[in-house]
Amino acid sequence: MQKGIQRHNWPVYVLLALGCIIMVFPFLWSVLTSFKTLNESLKVPPTFLPVSWQFSSYTDVVTAYPFLMFFINTFGMIIIRLAITLLISAMAAYAFARIPFFGRGMLFLLCLIPMMVPSQIFIYPQYMLAVKLKITNSVLGLALPGIASTFGIFMLRQHFMTIPDSLEEAAILDGCGRGRIFINIMLPLSKTPLVSLGIFTALFAYKDLMWPLICNTKIEAMTLSSGLAYLQGQYTTKYPQLMAGSVIAMLPMILLFIVLQRQFVGGIATAGLK
Amino acid sequence: MKRKHLSDNLWGFAFIAPSLLLICVLNLWPVVENLYYSLCKMKGFAKPVFIGFTNYITAFSDGEIGQAFLNTLFYTLLTVPIGVLLSLVTACFLNTGIKGKGFFRTLYYIPVVSAPVAVAMVWKWMFNDEYGIINYILKALGLSTLNWIADGNVILFTLAIIGIWGMIGYNMIILLSGLQSIPKSYYEAAEVDGAGAVKQFFSITIPLVSPALFFVIITTFISSLQVFDSVYMIVSETNPAFQNGESIVYLFYRYMFNVSNKGYGATIGTLLLLVILLFTCVQMKSQRKWVLYQ
Repeated sequence: MQKGIQRHNWPVYVLLALGCIIMVFPFLWSVLTSFKTLNESLKVPPTFLPVSWQFSSYTDVVTAYPFLMFFINTFGMIIIRLAITLLISAMAAYAFARIPFFGRGMLFLLCLIPMMVPSQIFIYPQYMLAVKLKITNSVLGLALPGIASTFGIFMLRQHFMTIPDSLEEAAILDGCGRGRIFINIMLPLSKTPLVSLGIFTALFAYKDLMWPLICNTKIEAMTLSSGLAYLQGQYTTKYPQLMAGSVIAMLPMILLFIVLQRQFVGGIATAGLK
Repeated sequence: MKRKHLSDNLWGFAFIAPSLLLICVLNLWPVVENLYYSLCKMKGFAKPVFIGFTNYITAFSDGEIGQAFLNTLFYTLLTVPIGVLLSLVTACFLNTGIKGKGFFRTLYYIPVVSAPVAVAMVWKWMFNDEYGIINYILKALGLSTLNWIADGNVILFTLAIIGIWGMIGYNMIILLSGLQSIPKSYYEAAEVDGAGAVKQFFSITIPLVSPALFFVIITTFISSLQVFDSVYMIVSETNPAFQNGESIVYLFYRYMFNVSNKGYGATIGTLLLLVILLFTCVQMKSQRKWVLYQ
């Protein structure tokens, strides 16, 4: 099959290019629309390129809504989740993989249960917890549901199990305690899976809509996702403004992806096969 | 030796304590709470009153829930087969040793890193009945146009297109790394034995990529059953197609946080959990018949 296609593989290129157009066109169209006037956006037949490039939709949206706060909230939430979840998931995963302690198997199974439950089930109890802690409408509230990761423990445990025993035994003979082993040996060997888990965590937090919608109802406490949903309620059919808003919301993650492509793609691939 | 035992136990518990504690508070206890709420009457922030299985009995005679389950199931049965097939085809194309693989992969992956809210908004604009580009293109090609957003017979197809578009990049990456681990020599041997491309695809590619394929099917199945963002952005309550487009998680959200009949919302959540567990069990059972683990 390999050779057969290589000999005359132009149909493959054509189909892939067609797929690319379908994948990219929505982004292109939203950018083009965002630079048109309202009247031009409603023209039939539509113009492809804007007659004159208008920047006013962007200034409209940014002055009417606290987009800077949306950014700060979104990335604040991501940073808090990353800082806590990476550390404590790695600790738990190391213990589950390499320290023989009482009840290890059973406790590990207990930690896996949430992976099988749709996350909506947790959301009202989590909301009540946020209310009790008085952290609704804050970045802490946004971060709350994502600070522990069953998936992270599972994935990192797989990784720690592949590290050869000899390394750890030598350290124990040298008088290293578990804490030292974890910090000086295990963590430095785990950069790749930690980066993968970090990207996973960040992407999930960035894309989530339901939790920010529920937890933070004040406009200046919203994330890019929930802020944008709010924007749609206000502008309803003013498409250039709506498209400007969505371009602003999509751009940071797309840029991050283009810079960190290898890590994004590599992480997904390993997470999927384990 | 005894001291080592003790110290291992102490270290073990100390290392898992933060995660275990948080998982108990944030995930495990909420499952129990949700189960309890589903057996209660809860209006607003009033104290829950135990009413037994009343909510479940109501749920089974409630046409709205039935409709939402049917909508979600129809959506899932559209997105999973078509989406997985397109992902597999794309991955196979990218695995044929073509030039510019990295470039294609990057472009296909961009939808995965885009906020679903923004994406849904863009699609809603493109699917606009009067001014949308999609109806314009259909008209230009001499085809009949559709009322993509407000027609009850079309809305689930609209949502499915958005869902499929958004998942291909992710699934393709997983399938591609599965395909890349198949040794080239297998195909060479098959060629020598005179097996054609189709035979090779079904006898070598499919069995050897089956673990990745199984993972992709299970995860897209589960996430499709939980479709929410695009429904929230496109199928508002004022939309005439609301009844035909409402998904089960959207219904859950409405009862939990808008209608504020939280006991009933919790019941819907529990039913969703049961449906997901049921489908997952069936798929886990059936994997023995077709998934090949080496």
